[in-house]
Amino acid sequence: MLGRSAANLFWMSRYVERAENMARLLEVGYRMSLTERGEDGTSEYLMSMLRAAEAEEGFAAKHEAVDVASVAHYMLFDTDNPSSVKSCLFNARTNAKSVRTEITTDMWESLNGTWLEFSQVQPRHVLGNKLPAFMQSIKQSSNQFRGALLGTLMRTDGFAFAQAGGFIERADNTARILDVKYYVLLPRASMVGGDVDIQQWTMILRAASAHRAYRHLYHDRYKAWNIADFLIFRKEMPRSLAFCATSITAMLGMLDQIYGEPSSCHDDAIRMAQILTTGTMDKVFSDGLHEYLMAFMDSNNRLSSAISDNYNFY
Amino acid sequence: MSEKKYFDEMLNADGSVRDPYRILADWVQSQPKTALKQLAADAETIFRRLGITFAVYGSNESTERLIPFDVIPRVISANEWRRLEKGIEQRVKALNMFLFDLYHNQDIIRAGRIPEKLIIQNEAFCPHMMGLNPPRGIYSHIIGVDIVRTGPDDFYVLEDNLRTPSGVSYMLEDREAMMHLVPDLFHKLKVAPVETYPENLRRTLESVAPDSCAGSPNIVVLTPGIYNSAYFEHSFLADQMGATLCEGHDLFVDNGKVYMRTTLGPERVDVIYRRIDDDFLDPLTFRPDSMLGVPGLFDAYRAGNVTLVNAPGTGIADDKAVYTYVPQIIEFYLGEKPILKNVPTYNCTNVDERAYVLDNLAELVVKEVHGSGGYGMLVGPASTKKQRAEFTEKIRARPDNYIVQPTLALSTCPTFTNAGIAPRHVDLRPFVLVGDQIRITPGGLTRVALKRGSLVVNSSQGGGTKDTWVLED
Repeated sequence: MLGRSAANLFWMSRYVERAENMARLLEVGYRMSLTERGEDGTSEYLMSMLRAAEAEEGFAAKHEAVDVASVAHYMLFDTDNPSSVKSCLFNARTNAKSVRTEITTDMWESLNGTWLEFSQVQPRHVLGNKLPAFMQSIKQSSNQFRGALLGTLMRTDGFAFAQAGGFIERADNTARILDVKYYVLLPRASMVGGDVDIQQWTMILRAASAHRAYRHLYHDRYKAWNIADFLIFRKEMPRSLAFCATSITAMLGMLDQIYGEPSSCHDDAIRMAQILTTGTMDKVFSDGLHEYLMAFMDSNNRLSSAISDNYNFY
Repeated sequence: MSEKKYFDEMLNADGSVRDPYRILADWVQSQPKTALKQLAADAETIFRRLGITFAVYGSNESTERLIPFDVIPRVISANEWRRLEKGIEQRVKALNMFLFDLYHNQDIIRAGRIPEKLIIQNEAFCPHMMGLNPPRGIYSHIIGVDIVRTGPDDFYVLEDNLRTPSGVSYMLEDREAMMHLVPDLFHKLKVAPVETYPENLRRTLESVAPDSCAGSPNIVVLTPGIYNSAYFEHSFLADQMGATLCEGHDLFVDNGKVYMRTTLGPERVDVIYRRIDDDFLDPLTFRPDSMLGVPGLFDAYRAGNVTLVNAPGTGIADDKAVYTYVPQIIEFYLGEKPILKNVPTYNCTNVDERAYVLDNLAELVVKEVHGSGGYGMLVGPASTKKQRAEFTEKIRARPDNYIVQPTLALSTCPTFTNAGIAPRHVDLRPFVLVGDQIRITPGGLTRVALKRGSLVVNSSQGGGTKDTWVLED
């Protein structure tokens, strides 16, 4: 397979996953902001969400007030924002178009259909009460694409590249969603563990589609400690960092097998997965959750570059 | 303009149905208008989701558009097809022999059957090809011959398209759509399959691999990239053949051999089905500013280490000025009378012919010698006085830049329009493969001028396509 095609597949999946997670992030910010009673419509929660999405600067350059409509527009439709859902879907489709021969018709139809529908949406029609439903539809499109990929794509090197890209992106995004909580300040330290605090954590869980699964695993009320554990370490949780790292490792192992030679990026992935499968929450909270997540995102990024170098992406 | 003077593919002049259309005509008549409308809508959905689009040059807004598809197929009887097939085979054989001759001894020029100036001073003539021996002596492997019909037995070749003809993916997808939309009709009629094309294309490409290539050749399709108007087709064909779709920067030449950059490092390439024009193939041999090609590619080709399909320099044989000599070319190389007719063509550099042309512009079609895609042409009967005045000036200024032909009375075929079923003008582009043998896919692409009365079928000018059914005996 061409190195370029491998890169196209990798990034196609990354962008689909990113589009979905941008919708998830916005969902967290949006829901939290509904509980706010801000003075001029400016939302602290949305501000925190923008920070976690690394979209704060770009947003500030175009907007003054941090209100739902402007933030949602920036995160969903603004093509000046390289991570907006629209930018992601466009990039995903462009990558897919460049590897039409390496993906299935089902995958292409799903992605192309999503793009055609999305590009015809008038922002003003969905920025009001229809926003939750619209964010839901973005997640559904992503699910449909993943279904087409899993159900129709041959298990060859192309599959491994596409999957590895998706999991790298998801790991990054889960870390960001979790990190939103770091930026959300509680009015007083005494509120830690209080109703507002727990409500915020709950929304983080919701953004990961995990609030019900949590109950099944922990048989406990929502607690910060457990929720972080859930999204970082639980291998049962398909959006957790540990799950993603294990999956990336499996895909790189699959490539080693297909190509008949070991790769150094596979070793890197094994190391990253090991840290997550043997880590504990004690360590996370002693390092500081934010610091821990930043360090993870950094090593995840380095792994992505190692894969590019290893397989001649260009 | 009365519709009556045109030959209709389905109806005789007295309104009775022509034989090959019997079953189809019954079917069409039994369809309520809403049913056809629904079929047309379904077809559009299929094509849009598949992403079968083409990019329109010079339109910034929507860079991708669907080529309109008409749900009423065009039918060709087994007998009609046999004759077309023979005529096409004769033409492509002679034209390949002509190309071999031009790039070797030039016997046809020595024999005085074609003017030397017309060849040697022609921009489409490629001096780099002199003395080069492509595998099997074939230059144009993939051809799309444009044919129009003006009467029951009158078929004319408009253009031979020996460079990089496009449209074959529409032929295949149109059939796919029709089998999906009207399976019952395929049950009633014996339609010759077109689905064999990708397999035959692969066999053709394999058969012209370099002699030095041992084992199964590595075949790639070379595309200018995703913004090219025919990108869909490039990826479609690569996919159907199981070949790798490459852009110029995916390939490189080392020590006279061509490689592609894979995840595991360089991999040798044997046959390149290139959909890039000659000029852009290799910046070291042709246009130095080309970003689309592969530096050193032509030298690798010259050394016999890779086969380019089609060969560079085939354009000389489908040049609009050379076109007028095709009947002589067939006679010279094959000693046969041409089976398919050439459209009579006026030469504007001849004083008498030019005078006739300028007096009768309103009845004639003017084409730029190097133009394509329906751009830069004048269709006399549909032109305004102002347009004719412009072309008069153009022809006077550069008579050698234009050829002029009578307006052909293109046949019409019933087509589903906003106003119901109505006759629209059509042409036909059968697709030919030349390798270890000549393979012609039954039928081809029927293009239809959707505007009432229009004779221009090009998709860039509002033309659409129809599935083409060659009936089996």
